[in-house]
Amino acid sequence: MNRTSEAIVSALARNAEEARVLEALREIKDPEVPVIDIVELGIVRGVTLEGEKATVRLTPTYSGCPALSVMERQITETLSRHGWREVAVKKVFSPAWTTDWMSEEAREKLRVYGIAPPGKAETQELVPLGPPPRAVPCPFCGSSNTSRESEFGATACKSIHVCHSCRQPFEHFKAI
Amino acid sequence: MTSPPLFELLLRLGDDRLVLGHRNSEWCGHGPILEEDIALTNVSLDLIGQAQLFLDLAGAVEGKGRDADALAYWRDETGFRNLQLVELPPGDFAFTMLRQFLFSAWSHGYLAGLTEAENEDLAGIAAKAAKENRYHLRHAAEWVIRLGDGTEESHGRVEAALAELWPWTAEFFHVDRVDEALAKSCHLPSVETQRADFEKIVNEVFGRARLTAPEGPGRMAGGRRGRHTEHLGHMLAEMQIVARSHPGATW
Repeated sequence: MNRTSEAIVSALARNAEEARVLEALREIKDPEVPVIDIVELGIVRGVTLEGEKATVRLTPTYSGCPALSVMERQITETLSRHGWREVAVKKVFSPAWTTDWMSEEAREKLRVYGIAPPGKAETQELVPLGPPPRAVPCPFCGSSNTSRESEFGATACKSIHVCHSCRQPFEHFKAI
Repeated sequence: MTSPPLFELLLRLGDDRLVLGHRNSEWCGHGPILEEDIALTNVSLDLIGQAQLFLDLAGAVEGKGRDADALAYWRDETGFRNLQLVELPPGDFAFTMLRQFLFSAWSHGYLAGLTEAENEDLAGIAAKAAKENRYHLRHAAEWVIRLGDGTEESHGRVEAALAELWPWTAEFFHVDRVDEALAKSCHLPSVETQRADFEKIVNEVFGRARLTAPEGPGRMAGGRRGRHTEHLGHMLAEMQIVARSHPGATW
């Protein structure tokens, strides 16, 4: 079962002040998918507050994701606006991010936005052309009569699919 | 060569991916179909992203203030530690896909070991790279099978690519003082394990692609010591020209 966004915040916050900072970070949306925020995406790993300094621990989604540097800048801007004189972003690589850390609400927001949300991250066969990977339900009509056109899409995190019921092409946020 | 083993290992990991990513990116705008153009640039983006993380960590380990950009743009050819396999020009589509397949098949077992390295940053970066490598491998394997088990033309092309590329794969399994020094702390798989993991994947795919690995000796290798083919210098000239013409430029 996926966690709610609120559960993510309360698991990360060690006190009320940290919870307020985490709530402030929820103002920042993923630049590639502007309906979900960085906390519900699961990439914020915690905050440390010392005097006027806030340090945000962040985990990259994909190694080459260009959105990460944009998000780092937005974190600094947002927390400065909330009164933090000094803001630092520290990258945490271990353990590596997985789409399983995305909240329940974030998945629903993706679907409403027209991107099929990730299923549970599981390991696909290394050598392909075996049984087809699990069909991704169409975010528009819900049909499972869909097929994957390409494992690679407009961004590293998405693949391209087509729905044979409503004849819509759609993107899928890959489970990784 | 007296630099610390961990710095050397991180350069190898970073340079393999930087150079291969650059070579694959040469397909941008030239892919045989739009989806493939996008796929190859996505793979390049992952590889160059991994390179940036490994090289940033290399710079931090070195402790002389160099970051990934400094290492990528301001080292000369002899400072690069990549395998010679990855610096060869992209050739035709069969050559590019087969090379990606061979590199990903070897990386699969190698990265799996690194995910248990004592250095937490290295382990985490390797874990992410291992996830990405899985779908690179899957994608490239699919093409090797389609091309090999395809038409006379496609089979001939991938077979010719194999004859050219195979001798370069011997360099995967060269072990030197760096590997020996880090075998335990970085959890590097032994050469025997690396070879077995590689052959398991290769044999399965080649069986379905109607391809046979050529016999014969491997190429001379020296990429890990900074000895390269004539091709790397040309590639670096193109890759580094802007950074070197406008040092410190920002935008």
